[in-house]
Amino acid sequence: MRHLIDITDLSVQEVDELIATAEDIIQDPAKYAEVCRHKKLATLFFEPSTRTRLSFEAAMLDLGGSTLGFSEAQSSSAAKGETVGDTVRVVGGYADIIAMRHPKEGAPLAATQVSTVPVINAGDGGHNHPTQTLTDLLTIHKERGSLSGFTIGCCGDLKFGRTVHSLVNALSRYSGIRFVFISPPELKIPLYLKENTIEPNGLPYAETESLEDAMPDLDILYMTRVQRERFFNEADYLRLRDTYILDPAKLAAAKLDMRILHPLPRVNEITVDVDKDPRAAYFRQAVYGKFIRMALIMKLLEVQP
Amino acid sequence: MNIDSIQNGYVLDHIKAGRSMDIYRYLNLNDLDCSVAIIKNVKSNKMGRKDIIKIDSLIALDLTVLGYIDPGITINVIRDGRLEEKQPLALPHKIVNIIKCKNPRCITSAEPQLDSIFLLSRKANGKRAYRCAYCETEHKR
Repeated sequence: MRHLIDITDLSVQEVDELIATAEDIIQDPAKYAEVCRHKKLATLFFEPSTRTRLSFEAAMLDLGGSTLGFSEAQSSSAAKGETVGDTVRVVGGYADIIAMRHPKEGAPLAATQVSTVPVINAGDGGHNHPTQTLTDLLTIHKERGSLSGFTIGCCGDLKFGRTVHSLVNALSRYSGIRFVFISPPELKIPLYLKENTIEPNGLPYAETESLEDAMPDLDILYMTRVQRERFFNEADYLRLRDTYILDPAKLAAAKLDMRILHPLPRVNEITVDVDKDPRAAYFRQAVYGKFIRMALIMKLLEVQP
Repeated sequence: MNIDSIQNGYVLDHIKAGRSMDIYRYLNLNDLDCSVAIIKNVKSNKMGRKDIIKIDSLIALDLTVLGYIDPGITINVIRDGRLEEKQPLALPHKIVNIIKCKNPRCITSAEPQLDSIFLLSRKANGKRAYRCAYCETEHKR
C-alpha cells in the first residue's frame, strides 16, 4: 500500500507516468469513467478548502467512484478531541482511500502510521501540498511541453507557502532548472529547503525583493497569496499582504511564452485584467488539478482502465 | 570506593561528568531488575572527570541513542568477565521519543501521544542535524 505525503514519495519516473496518464485522461475521459466503480474516497478536511476538496471529489466521481467526508474540523469528531489516528482508523473501514487536509504540519504522516487505506496529503499547514505540486507540474508540462530547462520565479509568501516548498522539491529533480525567489525578507524561503534540497542538488538560485527585476528572465512565474491564516500577528499580515501585485504593466517586461501559475485562491496579488493575457495559466491550472488527481487515485488504488 | 567488576553486561565509559543520570533516564535503566551502578566524578586523565555506568546484564538495550546524547561515550561489552568488544558510537539515523519538536504548528504539539521521531539529515555545509519526521523542523540543542 502506498501513500502520498511528500512529493518526493514519488520517483521522477512515477511523476512522469502520472502526468502521462493525466494527459491521456484529458484526451479520452470516457476510457476512465468506470475504473473506480464501487470505490469510495473519503475527504477529511480539518481546514477549509474549496478547490482541493472539490477537485478530489470531482476526480473520484469522474472515475465512477463515490465520495464521503467533512469539510471542516468543527463538523468532525476532532471537535470532541479525537486524534487524527483514531479518525483515520475508523474512516479506513468506510472508504478505500483518504485525502486529508489538516492545519497541523505532519498530520497526514501521523495518519499513515495507523491507516489501513492509502492516505493522500491534501495540505498540512504550511508544510507540504503534493497534489498541488502534481497539478503545477502537469500545468507546466501542458503549457510548455517539458519540465526541464526553465527559470522558475516563485513570488510572494515563500516562508509559509507550502505549494512553493513542494514545487521546489519536485522541480529540483529535473535538469536545467533555476529558481528565482522573490519575497520580502520576512517571508523568505525556509533555510531547510535550501540546506536539504536546493544546495545539495547544486541548483542555481537567486533571491530578490524585486518582481520587476526578476521578470525578464522568467519562463514560469509562480505567484502565491500571503496567507492570513499562517500569521499569529494580524499586524504583520496587513503589512506584508500587498507587497507584490502583478498587473499588465509589470507583465510587459515578461517573455511572450512565460506562463503565470497560481495555486489559487487569489486575493489581490494578480489584478483581474491579467486574466485575459494568454500567459495567465492559473484557471487552466485549476482544471488540470482534477485530472492529475484522477491519475493519482488510480495509481494508489492500483486500478487501470 | 569499590564496585565489583561485572561478569556479563555493559560498561558505559567516558560519559561527561554529570550526564550519567540523563543517560540513566534515556535508557530507562530504572526499569531493569539487574544491578546498575552509576559512578560519578571519576578521575580521568583524558577528561579530568567523567561518569561511568555499569549494567550487570547483557539484556537488549537500544544503545544507539547514546550516539545522539554524547558520541564520546565508549560502550564496553563484557562477557564471562572479559571485554568482548568496544562498540563504536555513531549518530543514529533515527531517534524516537528522546527529544520533542518545538514547532507549535507540528502535529506532535497537538497530539503528544504520537511518537516523537527525528531523522538525521546532512546540511549543505556538511554538518548534520536532526529534523522532525512530521514537520521537518530542525532540532536545536
